[in-house]
Formats: sequence, C-alpha cells, structure tokens
Amino acid sequence: MPPPKPAAFRPQIESLRPYLLRYAALQLRDAAAAEDAVQETLLAALAGESNFAGRSNIRTWLTAILKHKIVDTIRRQSREQPASEIDARSEAAEFDALFDRRGHWEEPPDAWEQPEGALGQKQFLAALEACLRALPERTARAFMMREHLGLETSEICKELGITATHSWVMLHRARMSLRQCLEINWFGKA
Amino acid sequence: MLSCKETTRLLSQGEDRKLAFGEWLALRAHLAICDGCRNVKAQFAFLRLATKGLSRDDNEEKPA
Repeated sequence: MPPPKPAAFRPQIESLRPYLLRYAALQLRDAAAAEDAVQETLLAALAGESNFAGRSNIRTWLTAILKHKIVDTIRRQSREQPASEIDARSEAAEFDALFDRRGHWEEPPDAWEQPEGALGQKQFLAALEACLRALPERTARAFMMREHLGLETSEICKELGITATHSWVMLHRARMSLRQCLEINWFGKA
Repeated sequence: MLSCKETTRLLSQGEDRKLAFGEWLALRAHLAICDGCRNVKAQFAFLRLATKGLSRDDNEEKPA
C-alpha cells in the first residue's frame, strides 16, 4: 500500500480531469476510450505521486502520462480492428476547386500575419481544436499521431493499417483542410 | 515545372518522408517563383508547431 496522500493532491488532479478528457478526446475520437485513458492516467498519477515531487507543473506531468496511455490505446485499437474501411480516395480531390485546370492557384494563398503570436492564445487553440474536429476521424487521428505525438509514418501506417501512400494522402488532406479552416476562422482578413 | 497542386502535395510529403533528390530540386525551383506555395510551406510548418504545442502549459491559464 502506498502511503496516504496529502489532501491537496487528489483534488488537484481531479480538477484537471476535464482538460485531460478534452485532450484525449481529440486524439481518440471515442468517448469511452478517452474516459478509460484519463482514468488510467489519474490512477497512475495517484499511485506515483512521489514521482511528481519537484516537477514544474502538475498538468505537464499528467499530460505526459496521458500521452503514453493514448499511444497504448491507439496501438491496442489497431490490433483489435485492422484495416477495414480504407477510403483511399485518391489525391485529395476535394481540393481541386483551389486550383485551375493546369493545377495553378485560383487564388494564391496569402501569408499569415505573425502566426507565432497566435500560439499562446487560448482562443487560437480552441479554433485549432475545432478545425481538427471538423476533419474526418481517421484523417484527424493520422494527423495528431504525426504532428502531436510525433510518430513516424511507418508507425501510423501500422497502427491504422494503411499503406505509406495512403498515409501521405491523408496527411496532405489534413494539412490542406486545416490551413483552409484556420485561414477562414482565425487568420482570415475580412 | 511542377504545378501548384503537385507542389502542395510534395510540401506535405516533405514533412513525412525524405524526398528524392529530383523531387527536392523540382520543389526548390517552383518555390523560387511562387509566393502562394511558399506561404503554404510556412503554414504547414506552423501547423506542426501549433499542433505539437496543443497541450503545452502556456497555452492556457497564463498567470496574470
């Protein structure tokens, strides 16, 4: 049995549950799986309180644990339900409207003004999350695995049961959609 | 010469795999003359940075 916890630790951890759920839901897209991952994280945190001592920030620490749980969950899920519905719609055809017949921009994209300034802003983060949620589920997951969790495409392919070519199409689609979405909802100049 | 459409695809793939030398050269040549695609390149890089930082602590609840 671990020693009893000081009263402050548990409520502090519990208060972060909504944040952790939001974070997990963005990457797992299955409310039950997100709940499980967060629950496991909170339990692990309570059991490992001594490991926390001296860390800078409790949320950073919890998020790091949760990130591992999410990767575990993704790996487990991909074993349980291997590649079935692969919508290999080729070459991101939905972006055709952006280009003319020769493949040149109908309207060349403008540079975003001082995008770094958006990074620390809560509203920007909310806009980015909303844009991620608007993506098709598997596309969003592939993108989060690549850009947030930092997995290699070979790992993503294995976990989603897709080919390398398909993963590049999905990631391209995600990037094009997100840049369009952010342009409209954040960087857009009226 | 690459089209802009092909260029966005290679820009994206360049984030995920090592491009072949020929692809890299073609990309460079196109970017040298195309503002729109250069902007997209910067935007893809920004997306990566922003997504990586989704859970960073300074994103929320900054102490006043």
